Amino acid sequence: MAKETEIKDPKKRYQSGVIPYKEMGYWRPEYEPKDTDVLCCFRITPQPGVDAEEAAAAVAGESSTATWTVVWTDRLTAADLYRAKAYRVDPVPNTGEGTDTPAQYFSYIAYDIDLFEEGSIANLTASIIGNVFGFKALKALRLEDMRMPVAYLKTFQGPPTGVVVERERLDKFGRPLLGATTKPKLGLSGRNYGRVVYEALKGGLDFVKDDENINSQPFMHWRDRFLYCMEAVNRASAATGEVKGHYMNVTAATMEDMYERAEFAKELGSVIIMIDLIVGYTAIQSMAKWARKNNMILHLHRAGHATYTRQKNHGVSFRVISKWMRMAGVDHIHAGTVVGKLEGDPNMIAGYYNTLTKEYNPQDLQQGIFFDQDWASLNKTMPVASGGIHAGQMHQLLHYLGEDVVLQFGGGTIGHPMGIQAGATANRVALEAMVKARNEGKNIMKEGPDILQKEAKWCTPLKQALDTWKDISFNYESTDTADFVPETSVSG
Amino acid sequence: MAMTNPGSRITQGTFSFLHDLTDDEIKAQVEYCLSQGWAVNVEFTDDPHPRNTYWEMWGLPMFDVKDPAAILYEVNECRKAFPHHYIRVTGFDSTRGWETPRLSFIVNRPTEEEPGFRLIRTEDEGRTIRYTIQPYVTEEKPENERYR
Repeated sequence: MAKETEIKDPKKRYQSGVIPYKEMGYWRPEYEPKDTDVLCCFRITPQPGVDAEEAAAAVAGESSTATWTVVWTDRLTAADLYRAKAYRVDPVPNTGEGTDTPAQYFSYIAYDIDLFEEGSIANLTASIIGNVFGFKALKALRLEDMRMPVAYLKTFQGPPTGVVVERERLDKFGRPLLGATTKPKLGLSGRNYGRVVYEALKGGLDFVKDDENINSQPFMHWRDRFLYCMEAVNRASAATGEVKGHYMNVTAATMEDMYERAEFAKELGSVIIMIDLIVGYTAIQSMAKWARKNNMILHLHRAGHATYTRQKNHGVSFRVISKWMRMAGVDHIHAGTVVGKLEGDPNMIAGYYNTLTKEYNPQDLQQGIFFDQDWASLNKTMPVASGGIHAGQMHQLLHYLGEDVVLQFGGGTIGHPMGIQAGATANRVALEAMVKARNEGKNIMKEGPDILQKEAKWCTPLKQALDTWKDISFNYESTDTADFVPETSVSG
Repeated sequence: MAMTNPGSRITQGTFSFLHDLTDDEIKAQVEYCLSQGWAVNVEFTDDPHPRNTYWEMWGLPMFDVKDPAAILYEVNECRKAFPHHYIRVTGFDSTRGWETPRLSFIVNRPTEEEPGFRLIRTEDEGRTIRYTIQPYVTEEKPENERYR
């Protein structure tokens, strides 16, 4: 058992000068976290010569009450309550001596709930990731996972619509939703843009989407885009008898601009709007409140996330971003495809999807989930799989990502040799056939390609799609992978 | 060259892009619903508007029926009584966190060729257009007299 190192004698503890964080009370191996504590798991790479416990204590200190030196004003407060407590440090498997990777440690830190303002991601993150990531005593630092106490979760609105109500509103059950991002992402005029939207929706998609950087540029201003897109949505809806939508990206320079665009989308009868992660946590929470008030589904594009989520030794895991975004309140978030063009290890992605869509997440180290998490009935966020996916992968997509996901085939719809409608139809037929086969008890991972070929016999667009993209796959090694693998066991 | 959604086939429901399901295929999907613990119900309508949420119920959801053949029997009884209606089968999940339909698919269409919808545009301020979608069949004929 690691031993407590806190200096108990107040005279010594509060002598002016600098003492190690461990001795200030931030290293507390005997501390038992309370149900109401916010818990964090950080991956710490200490500088050479800094011991792991001191590094963990430093992170606890700098993300809560500490400064670099002793201050007497601590004694005016219930300092022990406000001090974050590093309570456990474990070496990360396959790092340190005998490996190519400098020693890393998982360090667990508990924060009292009173350190945080209710319902504020901005306040939560200002503490947890505010200063510590630039800390000199550490080579690198990564926030791997957080456990939000139920009491704190209950102060957040969460997704304005949620998976259940979104499906009821769209009248679409039992299958993943289908979408596409309009391409080329830059340069189309409003009129041309609406053409892509119409073709894709009429062909069988449920949604088309603005890309993250489609806002209001010289080639297409936002009002024009909104008007043409709504013409496309309504035409397609009349052609199919289905509810359809186009994610209107309302991302803009100021909140006033965003509200103006969102109001216009509502006025036109759009069922959904979108924003980008780069608008910031406060703006996201504001738009979530607006969306709840106005019966709007809110889509979030995770633009910018890979700058801090991708590297395994430094940054913030996308798991944590998923958690924050479910709390902040978005109905959709891009969360990886496993098989597409963007980074994504299957286990890690399962962890993100579970974080977004379950009522309860049990600890699952293989998926990078370090804590049990009770979601306290917060609405579910629908994950979106987008980037380099096509109809020929439908069995894999359904197998890895499940049913509650928006599958977005941008190039995989618009790049179809016989046009956008044909591309959309190919995807929809492939999807429905795969869901039907799965429900019938077929092993889709094994029989998937045959199931698709069988449908392609009568569905020419599907045949053409399968022929066009048959050899396309993106097999690169993931950078963000699990540290834990299940022990192989021989089962009888 | 029509190679996509032919005519005005209404594509609501989970399997509308596939060929109409045979009785055996319907039974297999019902079996799936039952294996998930969902209650199956049968509903019909002759108003296919996309926002027509409340189709008429062919009796209550069959909470206690666990035999797919018995449910298929009800589907066929409903087809006999309402051959000129849309009929759908829905699996309803009552577990906490869902409490909503989990699967819903059309098992009967009123006619070979479906007439589809009229899109009515009303021009408003600033190039804004108000859209109304109206099934052709509901325009003149009252309920139960359509599609024949």
